[in-house]
Parts: sequence; C-alpha cells; structure tokens
Amino acid sequence: MPSAPAGTLYRGHEGMWSWVAHRVTGVLIFFFLLVHVLDTALVRVSPEAYNAVIGTYQTPIMGLGEAGLVAAIVYHAFNGIRIILVDFWTKGPKYQRVMLWVVVGGTVVTMAGFLPRHLMNVFGGGH
Amino acid sequence: MATTALAAPRSPYARQKITRSNFELYSWMFMRVSGVILIALIFAHLFVNLMVGEGVKAIDFGFVAGKWASPFWQIWDLLMLWLAMIHGTNGVRTIINDYAERDGTRLVLKLLLYVAFTIVVVLGTLVIFTFDPCPADAPAELLASFCTA
Repeated sequence: MPSAPAGTLYRGHEGMWSWVAHRVTGVLIFFFLLVHVLDTALVRVSPEAYNAVIGTYQTPIMGLGEAGLVAAIVYHAFNGIRIILVDFWTKGPKYQRVMLWVVVGGTVVTMAGFLPRHLMNVFGGGH
Repeated sequence: MATTALAAPRSPYARQKITRSNFELYSWMFMRVSGVILIALIFAHLFVNLMVGEGVKAIDFGFVAGKWASPFWQIWDLLMLWLAMIHGTNGVRTIINDYAERDGTRLVLKLLLYVAFTIVVVLGTLVIFTFDPCPADAPAELLASFCTA
C-alpha cells in the first residue's frame, strides 16, 4: 500500500480537526462500551460482585472520567448530525464550518447542564 | 412471414464491474441511520442513569433489577447494545483499514475486533434475557424492594 502524499489541499482547518476529534472520541467511546458491557454482565454473577465494581464508578476520579466520557459522546453525537447534514443537505458543505461551531457550542451548553448535576452527585455529601 | 434477425451493429457496451458488492455503501449508510437512532437511545440512557435522582451514586444491583424487570428497558438496552456495537465495530474497522498498512497487521487487528464484537454482543444479550432481578440466595438488603414485598 503506497504511503499518503505529503500534503493535500484540505489539510488543517475546521474540516480536518473535527474529523480527527470524531475519530478520537469514537474510539474512546467504543473501548468504554466494551468495558461497560462486561461490568454490567456482573449482575449475572451476584449482587455483591456488581455492587463492588459499580462502586468504583462512584469515586471522584472515575466521576471525572464519566464527565469526559459524556463530553466525548455529546460531541460525537452532535458532530455526527453535522456529518449527515454535510452528506445529505444541499447546503451542508457550504455551511460545514459554521455547523462545527454550532456543534462545539451545543456541546458546551449540554455539558453546562450536565456537569453541575453530575459533579454534585459525585462530590456532594449526604451519603 | 419470416423475420430476419438483425445482428447488433456492435456488441453493447458492458460496464466493467470493479467491485464485488455494495458492502461499503451499506456500511456508510448504516453509520448514519444507526447514529441518529443511537443519539436518542444513549441520551435517554445517560439522562435516566446519571441525571435523575442521585445519578451515578444511585446505581447498584437493585437499580439495574428495577429497570430490567420491565420489557421496555430490556428492549431499549438490547437495541442500544446491538446498534452501538455494530456502529463502533464498523468505525474501528474503518480506522484499522486506514492506518494499518501491512496486510498481516490489518488481518490480525480486524480478527481481534470481530472476536471482541462477538463476545460482547453474545454476553450482553444473554445477560439481558437470563437476568434474575431477585436471586434466591442473595441478601434481601441488596435487592430491589419489589423482591421482598
């Protein structure tokens, strides 16, 4: 297989970086999904085994990891809609750059709704 | 009256078939269709498990039992498992094809990927359908309230 050429016209800018971020978040989510099905499968072993493992998901470090995971999912979801619009909407390619900033803005707004609630659950007392 | 068969002036143009199937087209389409469905499935999953009540702190065996006692969440999670695993496996397959340059490397990585896919999907499906929300030998305080009521 020949190596890729040293430079192409579209390299850089919003188009490439949104694509890179889509791949990185996708791989991240996929590997979490593998682990997540395995940990949930412990309900079939015993209540004690499941509770022990799910308890580690409730620690501060894992809580921050969950915040990152949710951010990755939200970006991947919104950018996925952008990709569909670029593919199927006549004006999609023309507005792809604007749509990326809508994706980033939407991700920030969604996380602003999710983070306070989640961080309160993870770090808040009362347990 | 006898008809005279006229031979075609020249043999008709036959388009050269350069691919064996439309697999990559269907795979491309599947990513978009499943992606839209997964947004609804996963956003609701995250909202119910992380936002409602005490979020991640409330998740334990009883919480899962409460959800999977209902066919609604069984089907929901089954759909999510299958669609997400096919969507994710197909995405990683694309990435392997893009970056693994040697034939042998691509083969080994994709084989590993498909083994992982099969194990996770079969295991997850079995767990959803063979799950017992009230196992007889478990301590009552770890179970959902409907087990003892």
